Amino acid sequence: MSSRDDILGAVRRNRPPSVPLPTLDRFERPDLDLPARFAEAIVGIGGTMRTVQPDSVVAALAERFPDAAVIASAAPDLVTGTKDLRTVEDPHDLADIDVFVCRGVLGVAENGAVWVPESRMGHRAAPYLTQHLVLALDADALVWNMHEAYARLDVTAEGFGAFLAGPSKTADIEQALVIGAHGARSLTVFLLDAA
Amino acid sequence: MSDLAFDLPVIDHPAAATRFVADEARTDWHDGALWHVRAKRDRASQSVPEWEALRELASQIKEHTLSHLDEHLVRFEEQATANGLHVHWARDAAEHNRIVHAILAERGVRRLVKSKSMLTEECKLNPYLKAQGIEVVDTDLGEWIVQLAGQSPSHIVLPAIHLRKAEVGTLFHEKLGSEAGESDPQVLTEVARQHLRTRFLAADAALTGVNFGIAETGGFVVCTNEGNADLGVHLAPLHIASMGIEKLIPKAEHLGVFLRLLARSATGQDLTVYTSHHLRPRPEQEIHVVLVDNGRSEHLGREDFRAALKCIRCGACMNTCPVYRRSGGHSYGWTVPGPIGSILTPGIDLKKFSTLPFASTLCGSCSDVCPVKIDIHTQLYKWRQIVGTEGLAGTGKRRAMALAGQVFQRPWLYRMGGRVARRLLRWLPRGVVYNRLNAWGRSRDLPEPPRQSFRDWVAENRPADTRGDG
Repeated sequence: MSSRDDILGAVRRNRPPSVPLPTLDRFERPDLDLPARFAEAIVGIGGTMRTVQPDSVVAALAERFPDAAVIASAAPDLVTGTKDLRTVEDPHDLADIDVFVCRGVLGVAENGAVWVPESRMGHRAAPYLTQHLVLALDADALVWNMHEAYARLDVTAEGFGAFLAGPSKTADIEQALVIGAHGARSLTVFLLDAA
Repeated sequence: MSDLAFDLPVIDHPAAATRFVADEARTDWHDGALWHVRAKRDRASQSVPEWEALRELASQIKEHTLSHLDEHLVRFEEQATANGLHVHWARDAAEHNRIVHAILAERGVRRLVKSKSMLTEECKLNPYLKAQGIEVVDTDLGEWIVQLAGQSPSHIVLPAIHLRKAEVGTLFHEKLGSEAGESDPQVLTEVARQHLRTRFLAADAALTGVNFGIAETGGFVVCTNEGNADLGVHLAPLHIASMGIEKLIPKAEHLGVFLRLLARSATGQDLTVYTSHHLRPRPEQEIHVVLVDNGRSEHLGREDFRAALKCIRCGACMNTCPVYRRSGGHSYGWTVPGPIGSILTPGIDLKKFSTLPFASTLCGSCSDVCPVKIDIHTQLYKWRQIVGTEGLAGTGKRRAMALAGQVFQRPWLYRMGGRVARRLLRWLPRGVVYNRLNAWGRSRDLPEPPRQSFRDWVAENRPADTRGDG
């Protein structure tokens, strides 16, 4: 018998009596100012948030990272950057990026997470390999909690997607918080105000 | 700080704990550091008004999943295969290791980077692959530290919590040539970052664990704070995900429930920094999922103990446990230590792990913090009964229990014993009371003996007609 049949057979023999699947509650959204709560969460996870007009992203970026040598952007409508991602085939060639800019599609106010599907990343490795990460998010793309987020998202639409919530961090040495473990050393969120 | 206990035929938790607490400064620090994490967990959970409702939902979703696990496994396999993933089934640790090696060998992989996976620790994958000539690098900082030190993780979320920063500094100096005497976590983390970046860029394959497999979509979710899992899998052309069969949840929307609980319970964060949803490989990439049983299907058949399979590996029960905090993870002799480890391991090898259900005060704090409501302390108690019935309790414990049984059967003997003890304890010299056989008194003082028993007090102070009959 194959291992598959063995395992499934043992599970069938040993499984407990059927328990119904509960109905999900999305829980009431408290009366709150979503952008303010989101901004608070971003600061709490070690990030920085700024509200900017879409046409001033270039200036805001220059102000935030005046010394960045290699800037790559997967959001060419906002900023072009100095490294053209379209010419990159091997993700290893992304290792020199100082600042990477891309768009998120959804922000979660309760925890500061931004959902980024792979189509917005350009390359799956880019947001992780960059030294500094910049996420641009439309101000009206905020939800309160994870239940609202999953109700809004179609996680099968793309092959890969992630909630990104802050700069890379670790506390593996004596529980001391260190920002910049393996991934981005900083996270900047530009909340795009279309007005 | 060796963890050789892993290879012993019988884990002697009290003896291992005695070695750990011999270093009092380390024990105090360990205790305090984990209590600090527990306090962060409290703040995070209290910030969510519907916390208890979430725990209940998570528990019910897991109970449902376990009761239809075969169907969800088949569904997951169908969907994952349709998405272009390769799904493998492993009955036990040995088969898991063979499957992983075969995938690597077929593609000529020499260098593998791994992110945190307690399952591969359970299967002892690293030594197996090393013997086959494959370089394995654990990339979670804590796991990499213990790998460099030739140890195993002592906590499932904080693998190097038993080591002090100066020890990490010395280790990095010896193994990586970093500055001698450096013990600043910021500097040491930067050393690791620079070093491991070269490993990520040079790897031929990446292996990750799985936090949640989703039956409905065939996708899986991996959570990290460091970003190490993503750096591995998005660079290398091959991704292997090792997943215990109990990691499934039915639908993607259920992630909302579990993700709101997981990081808050584990570290007090609202969410892990990176919560990655893998569904289909990128062009030129292969993704293999290895579904591992290794005793789980058998455990599913144990009515009193199957709820342990609901575990989402947050580590909250360890951080809150007064015994774990003062005995260290290595004293449990298993990959998953602490309260949850103490109810999982007797099912794996009752004799070997017979001391673990006793590594508890039965205070119940583990059950209170568990995000999926596993009745951990009740199970600890039930395992004790089985250990006793099977004659596997230690001699001292057996004798003490036999004696207590004799005394409690005879109320007159109990009353007399109490009277004698109250007198003797008052005038016997300390050296006699705190003798070799008084294990309890080794690091504790007995309470001041009262003048009279509660029974005598009631007889004196309450008229006969107001006394209960019990």
